[in-house]
Amino acid sequence: MRHRVIAIFAVATGLLVVCVSLFAHHGAASFDTTKKLTLKGSVVEWFWANPHCFLRFDVKDENGQTVQWVVETQSGPNIVPLGYTKQTFKPGDEVTVTLTPVRNGKPLGRLLSVVLLNGKKLGTGGIVSGSGSGSDYPQ
Amino acid sequence: MPKRPLIENHLTVPLIAPLIGLIAVLTFSPRARAQARLPGAVYDFDRKGEKPGPAPKRDISGIWEPANGVAGGIQGKGAAAMESCKRDKPGGKYTVDPNAPVTDTGYATPDCLKPDVEPPYTPLGRETLKAHIPVEGYRMVPDALTNDPILKCDPGGFPRMNLHNFRTSEILQTPTHTVILYKFQHRWRQIWTDGRELPNDPQNPAWGNSADALPPEPRWWGYSVGKWADDYTFVVQTNGFYDDRTWLDNAGLPQSDAMQVEETYHRVDADHLELSIKITDPKIYTKSWVALDKLRLRLQSPHLEIQEMECSPSDQERWNKYFGSQTGPTAAPATGPDKAK
Repeated sequence: MRHRVIAIFAVATGLLVVCVSLFAHHGAASFDTTKKLTLKGSVVEWFWANPHCFLRFDVKDENGQTVQWVVETQSGPNIVPLGYTKQTFKPGDEVTVTLTPVRNGKPLGRLLSVVLLNGKKLGTGGIVSGSGSGSDYPQ
Repeated sequence: MPKRPLIENHLTVPLIAPLIGLIAVLTFSPRARAQARLPGAVYDFDRKGEKPGPAPKRDISGIWEPANGVAGGIQGKGAAAMESCKRDKPGGKYTVDPNAPVTDTGYATPDCLKPDVEPPYTPLGRETLKAHIPVEGYRMVPDALTNDPILKCDPGGFPRMNLHNFRTSEILQTPTHTVILYKFQHRWRQIWTDGRELPNDPQNPAWGNSADALPPEPRWWGYSVGKWADDYTFVVQTNGFYDDRTWLDNAGLPQSDAMQVEETYHRVDADHLELSIKITDPKIYTKSWVALDKLRLRLQSPHLEIQEMECSPSDQERWNKYFGSQTGPTAAPATGPDKAK
């Protein structure tokens, strides 16, 4: 199936201020939080891990070039309350991923939310304390 | 046919009053609410209008969580960092300049993250601080450039356990010792209350001086003894630390094997505990200073299960290959086979 970038939003570009989380397990220095990207792609791997899960997925740009993106998120037990499981993604699944990209321009980012093929949307913020999430990430 | 009332009139008065009372208790009592949730207990937080009962004497046992949530404790900003960044909510986001320049060692971070008052470093302390390259706090860099030991899943040690990611923790008391189980890194500590004294020599630590005492052994988590200062205040002293391979917090503050840490657990009422931490380390700091000041903790349901929050070195290595190592200004692309699954 054809994959392509369906949208790239430079949200708040040009703004003088931006919100950054202080409380990630590892810092916010890697990320360009002035930007938020939404990409559609095909899952290569969902790595369920501690302390950080990550999702690798292939995205085709409008020139037909495939770029592999990697988005990280928190540890498995911390995102279970948000609806993620070890089985949430399997290779080949089509997903629409919203992320905060890194500042050096590489195809990497922090997962903000993902829409599964069945339309279900999973986020990464806003859950209560104690699960180790919530304010850990930009919302 | 007349409609039959749901409750016969003669039963209404004697039944309704206690029923309303029971509902009120279940609704407004934190403990009852927690009990009603078992076995899938979830976190309790402070609510307006609550009136907790009196503090029990000499009892700090239970499952505790920062009363204001995860961000209630010291997190990335570091110990005693009285930053002036404006936040959208307590523990929430702060405002920075998005045009902060990229530097050789990372990215500039806002001055407002700097502590108003620095810890009182000795020359060695300041030198050690500079050698620590953290991913959080006002000196933070991208993951690719850090030398933070816990990002390799090394032990965080003590007191970093309390000064970063201090989350759900269970305190167990016995007549001879108190044990604290920590969610973060799934660790635990033993605090002796059997009358023994701290090791005399913090840099060559051992319990006791008798001929059959175990040989000296430095520890990641130190040697801990606890005493009741009064019926509601439990004071723990810890020394005998491993060495300077552990950091004090996520902002890279230093510590040494000469450190002594004082924790004060004050039982405020039935549902709350306050934790303070004082650092004394003559190698690193010219005088004692308070790293944590009355962190308010909330008692949780006894049915709340502490989640795993492990750090797997092989998982982390793989994350670093695909993500962490790629985040720096000059990071090399990921190459080579990856057999880990």
